[in-house]
Amino acid sequence: MSIEIRIPTILRPFTSGEKLVNAKGSSLEEVLADLEVNNPGIGERILDQQGLLRFINVYVNDEDVRFLDGLATPIGENDSITILPAVAGG
Amino acid sequence: MRFDSLLDSVGHTPLVGLPRLSPSPEVRLWAKLEDRNPTGSVKDRAALAMVLDAERTGALRAGATLLEPTSGNTGISLAMVAKQRGYNLVCVMPENTSAERAQLLSIWGAKVIYSPAAGGSNEAVRVAKELAAENPDWVMLYQYGNAANALAHYENTGPELLADLPSITHFVAGLGTTGTLMGVGRFFREHKPDVEIVAAEPRYGDLVYGLRNIDEGFIPELYDKTLLTSRFSVGPRDAVARTRELLELEGIFAGVSTGAILHAALGLASKAVAAGTPADIAFIVCDGGWKYLSTGVYGGTLDEAEDALEGELWA
Repeated sequence: MSIEIRIPTILRPFTSGEKLVNAKGSSLEEVLADLEVNNPGIGERILDQQGLLRFINVYVNDEDVRFLDGLATPIGENDSITILPAVAGG
Repeated sequence: MRFDSLLDSVGHTPLVGLPRLSPSPEVRLWAKLEDRNPTGSVKDRAALAMVLDAERTGALRAGATLLEPTSGNTGISLAMVAKQRGYNLVCVMPENTSAERAQLLSIWGAKVIYSPAAGGSNEAVRVAKELAAENPDWVMLYQYGNAANALAHYENTGPELLADLPSITHFVAGLGTTGTLMGVGRFFREHKPDVEIVAAEPRYGDLVYGLRNIDEGFIPELYDKTLLTSRFSVGPRDAVARTRELLELEGIFAGVSTGAILHAALGLASKAVAAGTPADIAFIVCDGGWKYLSTGVYGGTLDEAEDALEGELWA
């Protein structure tokens, strides 16, 4: 099962410039681990032992995973994942 | 309705039902028309509250110069308030904002300093903080961290919603400074804690997220995650599609950020219908569409609108 992940500009140096990459897993944690396997170095820009980094937002089907089950959020076949840095609005 | 002055008329906005967009008589959508404020946006509430608070605390003296990082609406609101209370205003605004915003700022007498497009409002905040350090006599009210911003919604927007819609189950607003959601969220946590507080966050094009370093990310000081039930990211295509639906089906001519909020509200409505539970979902119409006419998003195909908004700070 392959999940599509949207990568922000700032992390594309780790994906050979690719905006969309695929990874496998049945939870967000598994998908991010697989993302690191194929794109070494990207993982530590997204999370550490405490979980997602403060200025990183991850969305599953456009919903912020911090309001779902965080890294344990289950991922299904047709789900999409978006990673974005936190930026200001207003 | 009669008021002693324009500033006294801020708030008290209508809440209108949306009979065509509501999926059923049991699951209803309600639009709070914040475009009816004096400068046409929800930001009049925060701007007025921040200025009055700074006057009370003595931070603002007659003839002072205000400084504010803004993507537009807060600056326009502050310019209107500043003009009437005798202050000057310098706004730091990202250069990738609609032309109308700069025109309106100058009409109300504000000076605009542009910050680079890449990095969006993060850059505006950074430039404004530099200017504040260089000009210690300027007063930066700083909407992202000013408690009076959220307090305006705690004291006014929240109570207005509960009075007009006692059966409210959900409140949806845009996530920018987080002031609206934090203030209304805190009000409902105290007065009707089962109301779901839902954020719709605009998802911009790559340029806006063009940080040099992830540590340059930004979370407003006002933000308290525990006040939110959920948070959705909405891209320009969905936002424009919903902005057009709101116009075609309900006659409401709103800006694009309102379309993003409506998109999240309709998602909640669908879930309520699927679950068979009644819902009264209120959402914020942030501003009217006037300021965005030059972007071309009200005509042409969705593809063209999406292209037009690429790289723009559209909310």
